[in-house]
Amino acid sequence: MEHIITPKVEDVKLLNRYTEKKSTLGTLYLTATHLIYVEQTNNTRKETWVLHHHIASVEKHPLTTSGCPLLIHCKTFQVLHLLFQRERDCQDIYQSLLRLSQPVKEEELYAFLYNPHQNEDDRRRGWELIDVSNDFSRMGLSNEHWEISHLNKNYEICSTYPSVLGLPKNASVATVTGSAKFRSRGRLPVLSYYHKDMKAAICRCSQPLSGLNSRCMEDEQMLEAISQANPNCPFIYVVDTRPKLNAMANRAAGKGYENEDNYSNIRFQFQGIENIHVMRNSLQKLLEVCSVKSPSMSDHLTGLESSGWLRHIKSVMDAGVFLAKVVCDEKASVLVHCSDGWDRTAQVCSLACILLDPYYRTLKGLMVLIEKEWISFGHKFSHRCGHLESDPKEVSPVFTQFLECVWQLSEQFPCAFEFNERYLIEIHNQVYGCQYGNFIGNCQKERQELRLREKTFSLWPHLLENHHQYRNPLYRRSLKSTVLRPSTLPLHFKFWCGMYNHYDKGMHPKQSVVDQLLSLMQRQVDGEKTMTDLQRQLAVADGVLPDPSGPINTSAKQDSPREKTPTATVVQSNGSCSPLNNGAAKEAGTDSKQHNGEEGAEPAATQHGVTSSKEKPVSVETEHSKEEVQESS
Amino acid sequence: MEFAELIKTPRVDGVILHRPFMPKVEGTLCLTGHHLILSSRQDNTEELWLLHANIDSTEKRFVGSLGTIIVKCKDLRVIQLDIPGMEECLNIASSIEALSTLDSVSLMYPFFYRPLFEVIEDGWQLFLPEEVFKDLESMTDEWRLSEVNKDFSVCPSYPSLLTVPKDIDDETLCKAASFRHGGRFPVLSYYHKKNGMVMMRAGQPLTGTNGRRCKEDEKLINATLCAGKRGYIIDTRTIAVAQQAKARGGGFEQEANYPQWRRIHKAIERSSVLQESLIKLVEACNDQSHSMDRWLSKLEASNWQSHVKEILTTACLAAQCIDREGASVLVHGTEGTDSTLQVTSLAQIILDPECRTIRGFETLIEREWLQAGHPFQQRCAQSAYSNGKLRSEAPVFLLFLDCVWQILRQFPCSFQFNEKFLIILFEHAYASQFGTFLGNRVAERVKLQLSQKTVSLWSWVNRPQELERFHNPLYEPNNLVIWPSVAPQSLLLWEGVFLRWNRSTKCLDEAYQEMVHIIEYNKELQNKVNSLRRQLAELETEDSPLQTP
Repeated sequence: MEHIITPKVEDVKLLNRYTEKKSTLGTLYLTATHLIYVEQTNNTRKETWVLHHHIASVEKHPLTTSGCPLLIHCKTFQVLHLLFQRERDCQDIYQSLLRLSQPVKEEELYAFLYNPHQNEDDRRRGWELIDVSNDFSRMGLSNEHWEISHLNKNYEICSTYPSVLGLPKNASVATVTGSAKFRSRGRLPVLSYYHKDMKAAICRCSQPLSGLNSRCMEDEQMLEAISQANPNCPFIYVVDTRPKLNAMANRAAGKGYENEDNYSNIRFQFQGIENIHVMRNSLQKLLEVCSVKSPSMSDHLTGLESSGWLRHIKSVMDAGVFLAKVVCDEKASVLVHCSDGWDRTAQVCSLACILLDPYYRTLKGLMVLIEKEWISFGHKFSHRCGHLESDPKEVSPVFTQFLECVWQLSEQFPCAFEFNERYLIEIHNQVYGCQYGNFIGNCQKERQELRLREKTFSLWPHLLENHHQYRNPLYRRSLKSTVLRPSTLPLHFKFWCGMYNHYDKGMHPKQSVVDQLLSLMQRQVDGEKTMTDLQRQLAVADGVLPDPSGPINTSAKQDSPREKTPTATVVQSNGSCSPLNNGAAKEAGTDSKQHNGEEGAEPAATQHGVTSSKEKPVSVETEHSKEEVQESS
Repeated sequence: MEFAELIKTPRVDGVILHRPFMPKVEGTLCLTGHHLILSSRQDNTEELWLLHANIDSTEKRFVGSLGTIIVKCKDLRVIQLDIPGMEECLNIASSIEALSTLDSVSLMYPFFYRPLFEVIEDGWQLFLPEEVFKDLESMTDEWRLSEVNKDFSVCPSYPSLLTVPKDIDDETLCKAASFRHGGRFPVLSYYHKKNGMVMMRAGQPLTGTNGRRCKEDEKLINATLCAGKRGYIIDTRTIAVAQQAKARGGGFEQEANYPQWRRIHKAIERSSVLQESLIKLVEACNDQSHSMDRWLSKLEASNWQSHVKEILTTACLAAQCIDREGASVLVHGTEGTDSTLQVTSLAQIILDPECRTIRGFETLIEREWLQAGHPFQQRCAQSAYSNGKLRSEAPVFLLFLDCVWQILRQFPCSFQFNEKFLIILFEHAYASQFGTFLGNRVAERVKLQLSQKTVSLWSWVNRPQELERFHNPLYEPNNLVIWPSVAPQSLLLWEGVFLRWNRSTKCLDEAYQEMVHIIEYNKELQNKVNSLRRQLAELETEDSPLQTP
């Protein structure tokens, strides 16, 4: 609280991002964690809450006749344009926000304050909900070729790796430690994903310290061991996700890439994904495009092109698709790296996992994937997201790009993902929000030192509790085609309005198909419940069943399904409702279809009362079309 | 019969057909007067029936004696036929060329087509102006149906019956007609029930360089204003283009002569520009090179999305004037047969929930496009692969459908029809077995006796089996005005048309089926619950005397 100079300012104007005519008047509050803007007009009270951690930049603009403007850009792509009556207030808020949005120590982060009213047991269980080592057993490890190794349990071989590693069985300790010494920051080749059926593996590492002509026996043996661990293919692919030029430049600094002559049976390939600085600048340009006031179509498309954003998204996707193809079409193993192996490598490996394995397309599977490929393998969330005051050149939207790739896939495969767009956006907001401990710190070792598991809570249980709103109603678990083969033609990539213009509601479809279907599915759950109750009551009334609870008319009145807790109804639901229990849900699905067949022919007497969406906002004003009359007349 | 002369080789065996995202088929190619048919003779599903009228252009290539014909269709599909034998290939190619460019309307397929279904409701009798006027009469008595154009002499591109202000006599109409491009004097397009405001459309006024005026024209449009109220004239052209039109005898309404009207200029492009835009867009969509920059820059350079935005913006403007400003509106461009109709019909979709039903949308197309004299035959003679000299081809109607799709995407629960309905309208406008889109104006259709000699598209569409396909399962009628967003971020490329042949639709079809399944299942479930409730209630009434002694 010591950084808050003025906790409350009245008569603050919130300007609409696109048209100044739609501004509102309200009161601004600063709390230890949030900026709150309360708009008070007549009978409506609208609150806008912005987490201090979400604030990316605060700019104070020169005084104008209408007041003193303050522009706040958020990491969630929200933009607040405030106008203060008095410059003093503006300056106070500005100074407070500068400090509050850039904490200096980890302990200042929201997660260390936040308590969702859980006890220590809940907290512990929450952290144990997603366990990466379970994923090893899901993939079939250990087996005759691969083993789970604890060589790095004290983070001695590689300080930014997890303590548990998947390694080829026939790689000796000497090979492992020797290879680590030949890799940037000791990030040696280890298992990322193992494809049981193909017996092919995706492995990841950092660039070799090959320089202009050094080589390392152990590293060569390491790759050989990975190759030998796959009986289905005599060679492995080595994918350097960087543009060739960047990789060559690294050679001069004693780093670089694998020389095909030194490694037996490797096929080497560049992928051309740009570095974090290019990505940061590209996003900056994209956001500028998004915030142009009344842009023409041409402005928008030209801006989109020159930002290069979709080009980068495509390059990540191309690399992920390449990996998946190699694994499932050639049954070949593949080793992936970039420079340090924690940005592009994480993107590409996790994307390949999603393409190859339907598990990662479930609500829980995506959590596991993020824990595995991003958090435990040392994607530097603290630096990349700028959680603390630090080098701005370390900030980069690498994880955002990964989420966007998943979204692009979900657009091409609308039935393949258990979650909807909202889930991806919520994860994105939580990554930057630091309300939960998952994304604090840069690697597992750091997280242990921060004792996050004791001092903060895990995000995942919170997401699972709210899984209703994150579900994709069109999800079909039974989809036979387990491998996704997306088209990566440029015309299949779209601008993600839901993310980058998330807070510009006027731009989004005014009726949401997802919400409509989700509410139908909730009705379905309720309806099935009611039906079972009614059938039982009928049986009782008919005398087929003994009467359990006295006269039927009392229980008939109590059959309102809404009184049940949501968790109870989910278990009863048909088909695709229960996200955590694949097998059972599948059976329930077929079950309910049989019901259909038997009773579908019954006469429909009354209407089925679809009322839920009548109240949906339909005639929402559009910024752009609305002002036309005044402007042009 | 004439066709036989054009078909030198009616049949070739061993032809291989390549279609996007389908396995290749080997079979026998047959040419008839109206179709190109390829049959594998094994499986009916493998057959191709292609109307010659659907063929936009062809290319031929030879490798040795194996010839290849690439057929580019007006529905944007591209197929390839490998034909053994040079002579056969050349013959087939020249026949296709000749048959797909027949000049005479009466040789078109609709005149030969006999429906395999029973016509329950004749589409030709559906949307008669008299009937439409009855609806209007129930809301207001300020309008009348004029027969001034009954022999199409006052305005050749108007229908014989027109809705005009009650107080304006036919003589005034004739004088106003002489002051408007193509005789298209202002007529009623839409009556907004909510506030009694109206939208009219016309051709440009023929003011010329010396500022000619016409009292009757002024009187006519002023008759639509309420006392003391101003109206808006929306000129779909930029002020510069409108100025230039003066030199050719056209022009726009001078403020001095129309003091009760405020004129607004918008910038919808002329039809020739639109055709070029379509060609560029489709070229970009078919470019398989893998560079993102190139795609985005080609998409931008095609300007197609800009046209969509401009048309929608203008339609929103018209709708706002009527609904928000409570003012009447007159819309025109140059001829009043293209951009004018885009604007008036889209404004109605925004304002009038009736236009968002299947029947209402058909009425809208009948009223605002067919009877209003959009020259379908000229505009749809060629599509995106036309490489010859263009005459008056332009995707005016396709752009309208694209705009409807944009609104549908933003309000997915407000339309009774789905995207498929829009797509078949696009297809049938360009090539069809039905007579609906033949001819350029009502007068021509009457002369061609289309209603006697051909089947109406609506006769087919309105059959329950077909309607089911076009029904939007999410539809819930709502009576509100729906304001679409016209921000560039909100307007997407219409993949259903432009990427239709460049992608596999398997996953999207599955998603649609899944959606239908959820909705249908829910309905059944509710029915079942209701029926169980009834049964229970019946049992209770039977039982209760026994239970309470």
